[in-house]
Amino acid sequence: MNITLRIWRQVAAHETGLYESHNLKNVSSDLSLLEVLDQLNERLISTGERPINFDHDCREGICGSCGFLVNGQAHGPRSATSVCQLYLREFSDGDVLTLDPWRAQAFPIIQDLMVDRGAFDRLISAGGYCSTGTGQAPDGNALPVGRDQATSAFNTATCIGCGACVASCRNASASLFVAAKLAHLGQLPQGQPERAARANAMQNQMTAEGFGSCSSNLECEAVCPQEISADWISWMHRERRS
Amino acid sequence: MSGLPDPRLPSGPITDAWQRTKEELPLISPLRKSKIDVLVVGTGLAGASAAATLAQQGYRVTVLSFHDSPRRAHSVAAQGGINAARPVAVDGDSVSRLFADTLKGGDFRARESGCQRLAEISSSIIDQCVAQGVPFAREYGGSLATRSFGGALVSRTFYARGQTGQQLLYGAYQALMRQVALGRIKLLTRRDVLDLITVDGVARGVVARHLITGELEVHTARAVLLCTGGYSNVYFLSTNALKSNASAIWRAHRKGALFANPCFTQIHPTCIPSGDTFQSKLTLMSESLRNDGRVWLPKQAGDRRPADEIPEQERDYFLERMYPTYGNMTPRDVASRRARELCNAGHGVGPDGRSVYLDLTDSIREEGRGAIAARYGNLMTMYERISGDDPYRKPMRIYPAPHYTMGGLWVDYHLMSSIPGLFVLGEANYSEHGANRLGASALMQGLADGYFIAPSTVSAWLAGTPAMEISPDDPACRDALEATRMRIENLLNNGGSTPVDAFHRELGSIMIERCGISRNAGGIREGLKQVAGLRERFHNDLRVPGEPREPNAELEKALRVEDFFGLAKLMLHDALAREESCGAHFREEHQSAEGEAQRDDANFAHIAAWEHNGNGEPIRHTEPLRFTALQPSTRSYR
Repeated sequence: MNITLRIWRQVAAHETGLYESHNLKNVSSDLSLLEVLDQLNERLISTGERPINFDHDCREGICGSCGFLVNGQAHGPRSATSVCQLYLREFSDGDVLTLDPWRAQAFPIIQDLMVDRGAFDRLISAGGYCSTGTGQAPDGNALPVGRDQATSAFNTATCIGCGACVASCRNASASLFVAAKLAHLGQLPQGQPERAARANAMQNQMTAEGFGSCSSNLECEAVCPQEISADWISWMHRERRS
Repeated sequence: MSGLPDPRLPSGPITDAWQRTKEELPLISPLRKSKIDVLVVGTGLAGASAAATLAQQGYRVTVLSFHDSPRRAHSVAAQGGINAARPVAVDGDSVSRLFADTLKGGDFRARESGCQRLAEISSSIIDQCVAQGVPFAREYGGSLATRSFGGALVSRTFYARGQTGQQLLYGAYQALMRQVALGRIKLLTRRDVLDLITVDGVARGVVARHLITGELEVHTARAVLLCTGGYSNVYFLSTNALKSNASAIWRAHRKGALFANPCFTQIHPTCIPSGDTFQSKLTLMSESLRNDGRVWLPKQAGDRRPADEIPEQERDYFLERMYPTYGNMTPRDVASRRARELCNAGHGVGPDGRSVYLDLTDSIREEGRGAIAARYGNLMTMYERISGDDPYRKPMRIYPAPHYTMGGLWVDYHLMSSIPGLFVLGEANYSEHGANRLGASALMQGLADGYFIAPSTVSAWLAGTPAMEISPDDPACRDALEATRMRIENLLNNGGSTPVDAFHRELGSIMIERCGISRNAGGIREGLKQVAGLRERFHNDLRVPGEPREPNAELEKALRVEDFFGLAKLMLHDALAREESCGAHFREEHQSAEGEAQRDDANFAHIAAWEHNGNGEPIRHTEPLRFTALQPSTRSYR
């Protein structure tokens, strides 16, 4: 199939960026969008141009490295999918795809489609853990955890930290990311001792990093590759009051 | 260097040997610890758990990762689970059974004392992870749930749906980030470690490239821990993440660290095959699908008809035909070999004839679509997303893919390499998995190394060696930095015309053919010639665009692939020298009339540890393996 990529090119954070169009002819519809970028990069290299920079690694949707906007949608049109799992067969011959980096104050652009998501690590550092050192653990069966409770905690713990929720939010809020971590640990007995302190610390850090507040338009939930429910954001707000 | 260092194996019976060893290890004053720098490279299960634990003990820890966040390390992709011997009264599991399964699974090419230690530690790992909030699957009553896995007759695999690696990694990552918040860990992301710094033969630091600024940095320490994973990406197409690489261990090898059994690489039979030259990776599909699927190929070579137009009598259910007892559940390595042979003979299906059918039609007809969806729903969706085919209507196409490397830097019982002060953890070392790793044992080993073994043995090393300051201006640091700078300059100024991926792709196809599912002496020798020729072309015709001091993904790849060339050669040498078939290493010359692997315990019950020899041929040392608790037996599935 033939496809046109309109890609945001920006050399560094302090430079201005622009869109650059590339027409690709006769590409296999069995390629993922990232593999199309690989192919385009080989072409750019052989003609002496600078290849397109984007984060990626596992290419099976679990590491959370990749992510950009495809025609304005975080990770593209397919639900429950990160962009490495998005294949060209989702599109039609002759389509124009506009690729933009995540755009959020807390995620400064590094180059092209690559941004700095260090703020997520600092959010976890602010309290997204249980303060149990190695060798201090009681027997794993000492505290029973109901099956439904374990399943629900697991569902929130699946967040891959890709940043799509932030990029899709008009306020660039990290509410879904923070709520998911608070809900993961807050639903388990091991997370109880620090539950209130964790909720406060992580939400304060979210503000300090320059993320906005939740605007309740639920785009975060719609684009989340792990389909984490935005109901946990309301739950988080109750956590802080309690 | 002369020969092999003392592996420092424990004396006496192997049971509780680790406990006895630990009790005799020298300790170090807590006050001194805060003045001692330790470097940890890599933040997968092994690296993150080791860094968090060493920081908890009070050391000043610096962590380097090439990712933008420690949470991205490829441990995150492990699906199935983590083994642990936690006997309950009714299932008959025990530490000794896990020990025996691990040693047998590795086809008696691992140290028994290491396997025993792993089995003894395994239960504490689960406790540790639960305490960190890892949401393991639970029974209705609230206790930890388990499932059974290949190679074991008991249910001892703990899991978190199909994302166990992710959940265990996040537990270790969060422990690491807690130490960052406490100021005990300095976390440096987007750093590629490109060389090891040694002073008087002792590891004292690394050279790293900052992947955004391109700056070369020197980081010094009293001990260096490499926790950088395996090298399946030598094969280009593998189930590993695209940036998984062997640079740190390869550079350490060039500085004197012995490399053990590099040819022990595991190929997983059920992966989604390559569809296009530009396909960048292979994705693992759980082997459990073979419980309900039938594997087949057209009887007629070159038959290009779609699957549904090939009548029943023209299909060859080759595993059922050749192995009537085990049928489609024939062990991984055997299934992989037979698939490869038939594809080579022209029976393969798919656009490039490099896959076999895994057909669930009969099971769907017998049990209904709903039952199959309940069992494998997520796998069916994943397959559909990647291949574009509906696996409920068309048979799936699968093919074996490199998945895990048992080989790695040689380490002694203390996880120290042959370079004093250099420790190697997790998949990066050669330790407990022998010639073949069992399912759900990689996560166990990574965390055993990181949480429980290295913190004790690294401490003991630090206690027993005098403090020596090293400044980044030390000649050893300056030389290593300069050598790396020159290497980068040479790659950038190479002036050729071919991008690095083209070379990597070609290297991968040589290696999968010559040193993959099965090997023979003629093929390996041919492979050595091909790799040498390709390497020469790489140095003559490589084109790396851009500058050294900017983000440069092509330069990163070129540095990695250059190291893969050296490693590929060593893998071939090792495969050639090991004149036996064991575990994942199958030499066609060493098989029975029925095609079963023939191990040679008289001549090869040893670890081969290779010494780098400049531009000359590598030198092979051997560490004999002794078995006291369990005598070697022959694996049989007939």
